[in-house]
Amino acid sequence: MAVTGAILVLYLVAHMLGNLKIFLGAGAFNAYAEWLRTVGEPAVPGRTVLTLTEIVLTVAVVLHIWSAVALARRAGKARPVKYAARPKAHASRYATHIMRYGGLTIALFVVWHLLDLTFGVVNPAGGAAAPYDRVVESFDLSRWYVTLFYFVAVIMVGLHLRHGIWSAFQTLGMTTHRTRGRIRVASALLSAVLVLGFLSVPVAVMIGVVK
Amino acid sequence: MKITLKVWRQKGPSDKGRLVSYVVDDVSPDMSFLEMLDVLNERLILTGDDPVAFDHDCREGICGMCSMVIDGTPHGPQRATTTCQLHMRHYKDGDTITIEPWRAAPFPVVKDLVVDRSAFDRIIQAGGFISVPAGSAPDAHSMPVAKNDADDAFDAATCIGCGACVAACPNGSAALFTGAKITHLGLLPQGQPERMARAKAMVEQMDAEGFGGCTNTGECVAVCPKGISLDVIGRMNADFLKSSK
Repeated sequence: MAVTGAILVLYLVAHMLGNLKIFLGAGAFNAYAEWLRTVGEPAVPGRTVLTLTEIVLTVAVVLHIWSAVALARRAGKARPVKYAARPKAHASRYATHIMRYGGLTIALFVVWHLLDLTFGVVNPAGGAAAPYDRVVESFDLSRWYVTLFYFVAVIMVGLHLRHGIWSAFQTLGMTTHRTRGRIRVASALLSAVLVLGFLSVPVAVMIGVVK
Repeated sequence: MKITLKVWRQKGPSDKGRLVSYVVDDVSPDMSFLEMLDVLNERLILTGDDPVAFDHDCREGICGMCSMVIDGTPHGPQRATTTCQLHMRHYKDGDTITIEPWRAAPFPVVKDLVVDRSAFDRIIQAGGFISVPAGSAPDAHSMPVAKNDADDAFDAATCIGCGACVAACPNGSAALFTGAKITHLGLLPQGQPERMARAKAMVEQMDAEGFGGCTNTGECVAVCPKGISLDVIGRMNADFLKSSK
């Protein structure tokens, strides 16, 4: 859970930084997308680095989900009889809800996200269009519901990470009495930065900064 | 005060069990929660009914026996308090209170609210001790312990093994209990020789008992009557990972 999560967080940081290139204009953004496909050439064939990244990410996602399912099954076995009374004060159950059900929401979003911006199947500009045009078309005001879904999903990712990042440090035994508080603050900050970075693109498209 | 209780009644381990309602009329705000149950039980005995079985011993908040989940919260609504130290003044006339046993597969119900917590004993038996004879208490200056370590070890050692952490955990994990024991011994000089073997053996026993996995939800800390910190789980993980290398 922690190791695969760490891989995915590192990817998200890179993904967000890449997204921000859209503010440098269509040329820079499309060139960056092209570079992702050609990086390493001619030492390695085109798309080698990208394909490797895709394989690592797929494996990480599968193992992450597998760990989550295993944990949930163990939890179910450890408490065969549920409580009749709903807890009042102590139990926000925030972490459980945001990690398990939030994780499910994120998985569904990733499917949509790939169909929209990677394969272009559900993108109005289509898969053959330049990456920049796909982004602009996807977040067009007429598709406000798509943008809304994107907003909800990104905020869900942020909440997932707010618990997930420090929890990974704890699982890997990297927290102590004196560092845990700071790690929690840092993980909340990184989550907030990622959310703001990812949301800045659709906002820019909507207010016409990126068109 | 008049209090309505919905109490889990279960004749034995194989009985299915159910919630039964009782009305207790003459509850004084000065009573502890367990004294209120005593009043109910005396009445049940007088009417020829089976009294509600519940664990209790010291009744001064240090033994950890009084295991019951009150309205969904182990040891009731008062933070850092055992059930025996919860008083009826926190309730008002006409309240309805649901009382259930700890719910976890490794803690089978013996009867009514009494569960068998031997699983914790077996975790301790797996390594929660020091095998070398440590002798009588050494002079305070003969074996220096850093102040931070002494404080953290003491805080972890306040764990009374009540099992509220397991009862509250949405995963039914015993990580806070096991972490407290591993931290307590692992921070002190006497605990060093067996430190890694201890962490490995205790964590493996914890898993073998059928407790769930920790996802760091922090529910355990919120209900712990001794306020054990989540940090002990980080220390347990660190020692366990080192021991597995």
